[in-house]
Amino acid sequence: MAVTTTAEKQKSDVILQYLRPRKKFPSVWCAGCGNGIVMGALIRAIDRLGLAKDNVVMVSGIGCTSRLPVYLDFNSLHTAHGRALAFATGAKFAQPHMKVIVITGDGDALAIGGNHFIHACRRNIDITCVLINNYIYGMTGGQGSPTTPPSAYSTTTPYGNSEKPFDPCSLAIAAGATFVGRHTVHHTPQLEKMLIQAIEHRGFSLVEAISNCHTYYGRLNRAGDAVAMIKSFKENAVMLAKAKEMTPEELRGKHVVGVLHEIEKSEFCDEYQLMVDRLKGGQS
Amino acid sequence: MSALKQRRLMQGNAACVHGAIYAGLRFYAGYPITPSTEIAEGCARELPKIGGRFIQMEDEIASIAAVVGASISGLKAMTATSGPGFSLMVENIGYAYMTETPCVVINVQRGGPSTGLPTKVSQSDTMQARWGTHGDYTAIAVAPSSVAETITETIRAFNLAERFRTPVTVLLDEVIGHMREMVSLPEPGEYPVVNRVKPTVPPERFVPFEVTENLVSPMPCYNEGYRYNVTGLTHDTMGFATNRSDEIAPKLDKLKYKIERYTDEITKLRVDMMDDAEIAFISYGTVARTALQAISIAREAGVKVGNVQLYTIWPFPDRQIAELCACCRKVIVGELNMGQIVHEVRRVLPHDKQIHTIQRYDGEILTPHQLLQKLDEVL
Amino acid sequence: MSDSAGAPQPASKPAPKSKYDYSKGPLPLNINLQWCKACNICIAFCPTQVFEPDRDGRPVQARPEACTQCTICWTHCPDFAITSNYK
Repeated sequence: MAVTTTAEKQKSDVILQYLRPRKKFPSVWCAGCGNGIVMGALIRAIDRLGLAKDNVVMVSGIGCTSRLPVYLDFNSLHTAHGRALAFATGAKFAQPHMKVIVITGDGDALAIGGNHFIHACRRNIDITCVLINNYIYGMTGGQGSPTTPPSAYSTTTPYGNSEKPFDPCSLAIAAGATFVGRHTVHHTPQLEKMLIQAIEHRGFSLVEAISNCHTYYGRLNRAGDAVAMIKSFKENAVMLAKAKEMTPEELRGKHVVGVLHEIEKSEFCDEYQLMVDRLKGGQS
Repeated sequence: MSALKQRRLMQGNAACVHGAIYAGLRFYAGYPITPSTEIAEGCARELPKIGGRFIQMEDEIASIAAVVGASISGLKAMTATSGPGFSLMVENIGYAYMTETPCVVINVQRGGPSTGLPTKVSQSDTMQARWGTHGDYTAIAVAPSSVAETITETIRAFNLAERFRTPVTVLLDEVIGHMREMVSLPEPGEYPVVNRVKPTVPPERFVPFEVTENLVSPMPCYNEGYRYNVTGLTHDTMGFATNRSDEIAPKLDKLKYKIERYTDEITKLRVDMMDDAEIAFISYGTVARTALQAISIAREAGVKVGNVQLYTIWPFPDRQIAELCACCRKVIVGELNMGQIVHEVRRVLPHDKQIHTIQRYDGEILTPHQLLQKLDEVL
Repeated sequence: MSDSAGAPQPASKPAPKSKYDYSKGPLPLNINLQWCKACNICIAFCPTQVFEPDRDGRPVQARPEACTQCTICWTHCPDFAITSNYK
């Protein structure tokens, strides 16, 4: 399945082969939106893996991020808010040989979709979840999300966020995900490599991509425009190895990047098939 | 037909599983809820034996989502629940309506609202089967009244779902779900099994939501070469979201007329002693069993009464009800709720007919005695 | 879809010498002006300042000879409006 092409072979316009033929471009996303950057990294990763387009299902929920699959020439399933992982579980389990990639956002996956997120991790079903975290609800106009930092401004936290966020990667690891990584839209080569690892990994993989919503988060929190926010991701990214030596105070406001967790565990569809084989073996 | 058909004492819920598998069920995702849990358990035991897949999801919302995902992927899929679970599912059932995805939802009805009466019967989700989710759409719902009929109506539900590319609700009263009766299991080939129509054009010319002659678009499975977009947003014939009035209205028209145009073929009634009836009972599900006994007793006493049993509740059989009750002066609608189908009957029949209703909503079924008492009052 | 190396000059003045060697081939990058939303990411992140914004904010390859094909611009363009003519 993994056909790793060299840098020379993958051309810069490889993207164009994967865009949906009858869809209008450019995308509806704001100028400079990190969603587009993640989409590029994802396409390059899929191309390097040599996946057949018919074999890929992209599932998303609702939100700016969730508009991603519609633009690509795969089997795309744009579902209800928060429910992408549940639909994806059905699609994967029905035809386990398909590659199922879920594109979701911080609100979609962790608020309304929190329960499905936890259980998809628990089942360790072979789905790759790309969680594009822009710390806000972009599509509906800038409301707070479960990852909005404390004291940050949003339209529903106009005086500063009095809630605490949680960390999707820690949540995923605790719930049973077997590949968890985080990177930012600044570090595109690393993000692309991580996506390749995540898709190849047999089990539930989570890639959290830190992204910029300069239109809402940036404006409300004076974090700047797209360029300024992406520059800040570069400055505030800390590799995991270095982060282990830092104190919690030093880590405040930083993004710990890299592969955070990678283990091998039996996958859901494989276990089910083993059970079916045992059943058949017992009967015959 | 072999004379020695397999006969067995079977529970209603188990019969439902049997009918579903006969119709081609190969994917079940569900969540336990009384009084439907036996259906999930039955599928958990039977589906792995035949290469099918069973998964217990984390809640009802995830269950119906997984069912829709599996159906789009290409398997016939079903879930079973009761009132509170159905309420949770309605959003994604609406998604199935909008995306025209075939699937079957069994609602083993119990007392409501809210947690209500987990172990007692009602028919109070009848209207919810029609109007549960938001927006404009046309629903199909069927109601068996015995364990044997649970098998046949479940098969029919799958066939309707595949034929019309729509979710179909089976309104199975708790009493029927849990009771045991002798049934003859259907032989292979005894009942027709309908599968979704697949596209024949090459992928480059495939229009996923094409407006065909019968308004039902051919539906491919995943991994057959057809890559298309499925979305819950109102979409054009290519499956892309649209804001244009000249694409929105045709889509909604398609959802409505693809079913309403064929109401006569979807309608299924059982008509007893209506030829010379002056009074008619209209009933469905459990109440129909009671009504059949009541009218035979009444006829012996010389009362000209008949019964119309609805197997297809939605779309409501306007024309047939109007025709059947044309010669009746009075109509009695019997339901285990505070009056739901009676409103449809009132809508359909002319104003000069007297429409009475007998309702029982204390968790018990209507008895023949109660129906006969009502008949006395009305005469 | 590519930009121009320079507007036509009046016949009276000689054309300025470009530092870019066009005998090698086209410009290093290909910019799709219809897809570009002028987000400024490529202009700001180019390590050798190849780009200048035009009056609409879209990138112009003002110093094409400085391009090292480092890939930063096209891997960070959210709208795939830049591709390389050499890679």
